[in-house]
Amino acid sequence: MAEGLETEVKTNPQGDVITTTEAPKKEQKESKAAKQRVVTPEHLFFEAPRTKTFITGSEAAKEAIRRANVDIAISYPITPQSETMQQVGYLYAEGYLKDYYRGEEEYGVMSAVAGASRSGVRALTATAGPGLMRGMEVITSWPGGRMPLLLMVMCRVINAPLAIQPDNVELSYLLNCGILVFHAENQQDFYDFPLKAYVIAEKCEVTLPAAVAVDGFFVTHARGWVELPPEDIKLPPRDCYHEAVPMMDNENPPARLSRDAPIQKSNFISYQMHASWQQEIWAAVDRARPWVKKYMGGLIEVVNPGADTMIVASGSAVSQSREAVRQASERGDRIGLVKIRSLRPWPTQELIEACRHAKRIIVPEFNCVGWLAKEVRSTLYGHTQAEIVSGPRVFGGMSMPTELILEYLYKTPNEARLTDKPLSI
Amino acid sequence: MSLETLKISPGFESYMPKEYVDLVERGPYGREVKVSEMGTFKEILEEHPMCAGCAMTLFIRTALIGLPAPEHTVILGTAGCGRLALSQASIPFIYGNYGDTNGVASGLKRGLGIRFPNQQKDVVVMAGDGGLSDIGFSCVMHSWFRKEKFTTVMLDNEVYGNTGGQESGMTNKGVVLKMAPHGKKFEKMDMIGLAKTAGVAYIARLAPTNPTRIANTIRKAVLIAREVGPTYVQAYTSCNIEYAIPTPKVMDDARAVEKDRYGFMEIISDEAKAYLERIEQEKKAKAVAGPKA
Repeated sequence: MAEGLETEVKTNPQGDVITTTEAPKKEQKESKAAKQRVVTPEHLFFEAPRTKTFITGSEAAKEAIRRANVDIAISYPITPQSETMQQVGYLYAEGYLKDYYRGEEEYGVMSAVAGASRSGVRALTATAGPGLMRGMEVITSWPGGRMPLLLMVMCRVINAPLAIQPDNVELSYLLNCGILVFHAENQQDFYDFPLKAYVIAEKCEVTLPAAVAVDGFFVTHARGWVELPPEDIKLPPRDCYHEAVPMMDNENPPARLSRDAPIQKSNFISYQMHASWQQEIWAAVDRARPWVKKYMGGLIEVVNPGADTMIVASGSAVSQSREAVRQASERGDRIGLVKIRSLRPWPTQELIEACRHAKRIIVPEFNCVGWLAKEVRSTLYGHTQAEIVSGPRVFGGMSMPTELILEYLYKTPNEARLTDKPLSI
Repeated sequence: MSLETLKISPGFESYMPKEYVDLVERGPYGREVKVSEMGTFKEILEEHPMCAGCAMTLFIRTALIGLPAPEHTVILGTAGCGRLALSQASIPFIYGNYGDTNGVASGLKRGLGIRFPNQQKDVVVMAGDGGLSDIGFSCVMHSWFRKEKFTTVMLDNEVYGNTGGQESGMTNKGVVLKMAPHGKKFEKMDMIGLAKTAGVAYIARLAPTNPTRIANTIRKAVLIAREVGPTYVQAYTSCNIEYAIPTPKVMDDARAVEKDRYGFMEIISDEAKAYLERIEQEKKAKAVAGPKA
């Protein structure tokens, strides 16, 4: 470089300095990470003092992982997930995780996190929209392998044409794999749920993977108030010897570990064996219920119980519904709201109890197909006389104005969204 | 795995299955096994459902003898003939999704490293040509680029044997197979060349004609993967069914193919060479010093 010229500083389009230098080696013993102490889940969740902070959903997830005692995180960039997993990388650099790397693509990442989980360590990955679909073959095999790992899903559009907007239709594909699925409403949930998901997933009678989903951008890139416990405490490490299946760590006698049916016989397997294996996975999903109740305060939350009109929602549709309920109350109307925290296990009994009395039930969703409405309808069939309205629905990245929910509250579905006239006239 | 864990509790000897007793008394754990000992203990591989005369089975049996520490080894496979035999071995085996072996192995190896920092746990992928060069290609290449410390063994029968004989990327050009009715249109993939490009620390190509060589090659590959980086062994393991090789002629075919285009070849990095020399010297020094008093 010519003398007198300033050193050129390369930056990426966001203005961050690009560097190819090696990361500075930090003295681990001196780091904050090394000074973290293990506390019980009960202390971390319910007893430790909390401080209110105003942070994005991605930052909330980062704060959860900081306290989750994660051993290895494997990442792959996809919008809007990338920011969170970048920040998990920073946590690794600070010593909060023992290993972290960027995989080749989602199929490889979902495979690698399965390998890590089989080794007995606490493993993490995250994805969004098309990435979830790419990894889906592997994801569906996790429950059968009884791998208690955590998948964070920052939902986005999956179908063509290309878009990166929020839309949670992808969750409909996750619902029938045998994975625990929790749907976070806001930044606070996106801090709390991952930690609780690990603890629930690793219970002996559960031993299943868990997904914590959140609606991308609406939560990941927006700020909200989050109450955080101190940074210097973390969950106990994963105790893989107290789970339902042995790890692939060669610490057990190997003779019969994998040669007998039902695991390895493929097309020679008896259908009874495979059927019982699947039944056991779903029984394990059911066995998560008491732990969801204990740690998450129930599978659902009910606002204004007993109201004639009930809204049933999950994810950020709950926040929109809360506002609609508030605006309705200003008009003197009492509207009920059921927030579904746990999509799997599904809150069958809780939903029946919360909606049995209702005259009208509406199910607002951020997706085209109305997967939540289908679940609600099939659960409540025969248990209520209420009119169940599938909608309003928005998708492709659109936000849901509270006016739209109010329209559904105060009009019949036909008045709200349909016309009697043929379109050709 | 603690060898103490493997031992039978006093009083239970007469109730344990015969294979288990054989394993404990004569098995390959905690000692170096020679090829000449094959068959002296019952269950490193038994009752496999492979076709009569399958060269792949011979290769797998011999390769398992070569493992330096089977009591600390996990094998991964994918859909294909090989896993039918591998899953019968007395070594933990992971059978995942199509093509995911090297992805799973990456996470597994790293996880085991976290849990057992003072105990080498060997991870070996043993999968077919379709599983590694076609559907698993991305995971294989990236595990090599990332320098993941495990061994990849390709059971190259140059065909999709388990699904009924379709062409694979490793099939030779011009061969007529199902899904290649006019003959395969492109050359056999150069996985050895790709491994070189990716900087794999130890690369070997061989046919199943020399059992001692198979065991030694696998042993070297697994040892080098512990310390230096990824290793790759590509083995010709003919499919006598799809290539219509008469059962008594399988080894004749192996020898002919070896002579023609599959001769033994080793590519070893300087670092790997130095590492092997070091452990050989340590072994000799230990032998001279004798057992500790």
